[in-house]
Amino acid sequence: MNWILEPFEYDFMRRALLVCVLVGFTNGFLGAFVVIRRLALMADALSHSLLPGLALAAIFIGLSPLGLLLGGLLAAIFVALGGHLISRSSRLKEETAIAALYIVAFAVGIALIKYAGVKVSLDHFLFGNILGVGDSDLWTSYAITCVAMTLLVSFQRPLLLTIFEASVAKTQGVPVGMLLGMLILLIVLAMVSSLQAVGVLLSLGLLILPAATIYLLSDSFDVMLWGGASLGTFGAVTGLLVSFWANIPSGPAIVLILGLFFLLAYLFSPRYGILSRYFKRRHLHEESLERWENQ
Amino acid sequence: MSHKLHLQDVTVSYNRIPAVHHLNATLLCGSCVALLGPNGAGKTTLLKAIAGLLPLETGRIEFRGHQLGGSSGHEIAYVPQREAVDWDFPITVRGLVEMGRYPSLGKWRRFGSADQAGVEEALHICDLEDLADRQISALSGGQQQRTFLARAWAQKADIYLLDEPFTGLDRNAVDAFAQAMRRLREAGKLIMASHHDLKSVEALFDHILLLNGELVACGSTTEAFTKDNIDRAYAMHVFSGHTHHHHHA
Repeated sequence: MNWILEPFEYDFMRRALLVCVLVGFTNGFLGAFVVIRRLALMADALSHSLLPGLALAAIFIGLSPLGLLLGGLLAAIFVALGGHLISRSSRLKEETAIAALYIVAFAVGIALIKYAGVKVSLDHFLFGNILGVGDSDLWTSYAITCVAMTLLVSFQRPLLLTIFEASVAKTQGVPVGMLLGMLILLIVLAMVSSLQAVGVLLSLGLLILPAATIYLLSDSFDVMLWGGASLGTFGAVTGLLVSFWANIPSGPAIVLILGLFFLLAYLFSPRYGILSRYFKRRHLHEESLERWENQ
Repeated sequence: MSHKLHLQDVTVSYNRIPAVHHLNATLLCGSCVALLGPNGAGKTTLLKAIAGLLPLETGRIEFRGHQLGGSSGHEIAYVPQREAVDWDFPITVRGLVEMGRYPSLGKWRRFGSADQAGVEEALHICDLEDLADRQISALSGGQQQRTFLARAWAQKADIYLLDEPFTGLDRNAVDAFAQAMRRLREAGKLIMASHHDLKSVEALFDHILLLNGELVACGSTTEAFTKDNIDRAYAMHVFSGHTHHHHHA
């Protein structure tokens, strides 16, 4: 067991462990909504648009977590709302409009960081630096986990109605637009909290991979939520250990571990894996015969 | 028992173009109403307006003496066309029917034994007990439609709005769905379904509402479903296609 315990004799590793647990859990839970509602591309756009927000915050407020949070939120809202407005006022579809906006925002971000001459490396934003987690980063992650989990759990039913079929949900009195807006905000919050661990570019992995993996394994939305959270936590912690022992950055290590689980589920999921499907053709055939007889 | 749905001077637009003009009609609970009319007659638009998904330009819609405005909680159950639904959603038939209880449960109330009983009753009425644990993409089209009907029953809705429920169903599936519909009617529900197969109207529905941008006829199938009315709605002889030539490019 030494190889598990030894790394955590260091203070920075204990902090890193805490951040991994918080970030893995929150992103894994939120990911179920993102995957089902097909917001993965939107989330990718939001993650890139964090960069100019962070750069602006670094210039004007300094590199405090609160500044990063505000800057990130502002930039993400600009991209999400801007994309919506452009798609409504022109013939462009929403995903094109959002892609156009976020890539420009990303370029602005890179330029700003160089221009500002702030003493932070671009690498830090892009790929994270989990070994440099400070107290304020930890508190930010705590706060974001509390807010996100409280909102997601208390609005779970209306959210489920909304992402299943928005028009039916509307007839049932569910405030669909407000809930979708809340989902976007929570995505941004979760990404801000995972910046330190994996950076702007890899934060999408923490959000999408656990939920996508469980989606291949289960037909229950509850299992997707809690299973995604568990897998996200497990993957983040395992990735941290791998990064310690293999001496690779934590971001790629975490995303690679989660990617490995995703690949395994894609291949071997009992019901939806491609290999199991291939070997169980006979079984599927019998199932469809049975279905016919039941009709 | 017989509650009424009053449509008074109802005008609704779809994409800013008025699709239903100044419509007046009264529909009784305990009936199955077919919404008939040519493509673009405003069938879906009218359904969505009653469901509260589209705003009324003029007029009002009343049920049990109060105005239906905007979203309406649990009185109304809207069932969209089958293509509008993501059937890969990780949910079973039972899970989908349970969602019908959510509006009255709110955010926190526990899913209790009364809710459970409501779900079982809904599954029973729609003949879905054997399929309850199946993921919803592993159902046939008719079973999928019945699952939505069961969800509406679990919601304890009074008005069921169905958008083309019979499209793409084979004869057996149509029979099974019609049977479930009749059970709802006997329980005093009002079922409105847009429908385009004129040949099956008399077998499936007891009332019709014939539309062509405006009301053409509304009443029991025996009285209102006449060749004259149908001709007026479709503005051509639907039953004798030989006077009309299709030009295919």
